Amino acid sequence: MEWGGILEGALQQGLGPAAIVYCLAAIGLNVHFGYTGLLNFGQAGFMAVAGYALASIVATWGLSFWLGLVVGLALSVVLALLLGVPTLRLRADYLAIVTIAAAEIIRQTVGSVSLLEYFGGQDGLQQFVDTFAGLNPFTTPMGLGPVSWRPYDFFLLCVGWTVVALCCLIVYLLMRSPWGRVLKGIREDEDAVRSLGKNVYAYKMQSLIIGGLFGALAGFMTALQHAAINPSFFATDTTFFAYTVLLLGGAARVLGPVVGAITFWFLINVLDLFFDQATVGPNPLISASIMTHQQASLMRLIFLGLALMLLMIFRPQGIFGDRRELAIDGR
Amino acid sequence: MVADRIETRDVDPPLRDDQSEAARASLSGVPHEPGAPKPDPIVVADNIVRKFGGLTAVDVEHLEIQRNVITALIGPNGAGKTTFFNLLTGFDKPDEGRWSFEGHNLNGMSAYRVARLGMVRTFQLTKVLSRLSVMENMRLGATGQSGENLWQAMFAPFWRSQEKANSSRAVALLERFSLEPKKDDFAGSLSGGQRKLLEMARALMVEPALVMLDEPMAGVNPALKQSLLGHVKSLREDGMTVLFVEHDMDMVRDISDWVIVMAQGRIIAEGPPEAVMSDPKVIDAYLGAHHDAELDLDESQSGDRNG
Repeated sequence: MEWGGILEGALQQGLGPAAIVYCLAAIGLNVHFGYTGLLNFGQAGFMAVAGYALASIVATWGLSFWLGLVVGLALSVVLALLLGVPTLRLRADYLAIVTIAAAEIIRQTVGSVSLLEYFGGQDGLQQFVDTFAGLNPFTTPMGLGPVSWRPYDFFLLCVGWTVVALCCLIVYLLMRSPWGRVLKGIREDEDAVRSLGKNVYAYKMQSLIIGGLFGALAGFMTALQHAAINPSFFATDTTFFAYTVLLLGGAARVLGPVVGAITFWFLINVLDLFFDQATVGPNPLISASIMTHQQASLMRLIFLGLALMLLMIFRPQGIFGDRRELAIDGR
Repeated sequence: MVADRIETRDVDPPLRDDQSEAARASLSGVPHEPGAPKPDPIVVADNIVRKFGGLTAVDVEHLEIQRNVITALIGPNGAGKTTFFNLLTGFDKPDEGRWSFEGHNLNGMSAYRVARLGMVRTFQLTKVLSRLSVMENMRLGATGQSGENLWQAMFAPFWRSQEKANSSRAVALLERFSLEPKKDDFAGSLSGGQRKLLEMARALMVEPALVMLDEPMAGVNPALKQSLLGHVKSLREDGMTVLFVEHDMDMVRDISDWVIVMAQGRIIAEGPPEAVMSDPKVIDAYLGAHHDAELDLDESQSGDRNG
């Protein structure tokens, strides 16, 4: 067992592009769920719309990468409007049902055979990161301490964490303002806020759009990270991983998603690498009669579930949360 | 408990006192009958009907509410009082009818716009925003905040001075309601009575002309009741109009200038408290034969309070 290698590998992942994807997705969910109380179970849908817009504009239509970014953001605003207009006047659960369904519809649509020529079906699209890769100033593997990344990954990582920092700044500025106070009020009781003369519907719509835009950034990041895109990146579990990240870090905390994403992805990879090493080779630590190498790759999900349960029982407020807040009864 | 202290407040704008005196005096000429026209109505409602399936919850032919006095809306459980409240404030839509507030037609107007016009309500089950501090609850009540606009929100210079002004107004109101020492606590940590006070104080942040209180005394301990009564009266002295739903007959008798009685969705009687309470129709519908006796504690607190 090579613990040094496991920790290095996990740290490389924990700070790497995948963690940034979950971080951005969770920042969006933080605006939705943490601050406004909107149950958006379709964050993967926002990611898919933006990611596919970028990829198809470049790979299918041969247009500019930058146009792809603009179209991706614009389409995620459109998606927020489509989801919000019919549901935001209704009870909170309607949005949850509609978003989870919409995310699946989007994923099935972009993966469908009839749209193969535009979105590449189940194989997805490649060859759309050239413009971005062309900006990469790094030519040799770069590292921090014991871990290092390929030049492209390191560039992506620099850009990604810068974007995360900007997003956190925006969330911080918004949530300390009177605007943010209205959102938090809506989370607590929207009728009370309405009785004070605030247009609750408009605020919920603004929140849905802003959180969706953060989701769109996560979608771009997904596409850039793999330098390819396909429907399986945007399955429902992506949304639930992002929720896990949010709850782990602490909802309604500006830096909750950042700490949550790094911790989550680091721990997932520790488990992954540990079980990988423990079941490989001629004389494995865990004998094949208990667990085969293939079965070991599923262990991380079992432990993830266990960890989530323990988290909810012993530290429901997350890493940054305030226990006092949870001790207060809802109404 | 701080908020339980009964505090006396100097109310000395004599002009306003005179105004409310005059408003009360002008009620003496109003006939004691359902739908009676008032000399200076702030709310006028006509033919308001709300049906829930086969049940007609509210069927009000005509109603006027006098400006600058305290009007009580009473009636047995299920009389449609809270539904009527919801209809007037835009929280529910009537099947038919029209009503106006200070001359503004409110038909089909959404709740938040009604509130902005200066008609602000509280709720039967208090709706404090638990995980916001008492102070944040108060600041939320202020209207016309430029910092509540998304584009200006990110840049504090746009709203900082306004926020300061709102904060000092909030502190002044909290002092008046004896909640000032609690201002940095989560609103969810307040007692039931303190929540009622906070809700009332927060409604005043909107600077309303008409305050509508849905059962302000429900779940409030007797010590706090006295101070709450004082606060409701002080709203009238400050030039506001008060309409409240209440089951507590002592409170109705004590502070209301005019009483409207609803039963089975209709207004069955109107008049000053003494006149209404001796009206045989009201006794039949609501008070029972022993209405003169003080309600004992068990009786006043039992049963479904949904009006």
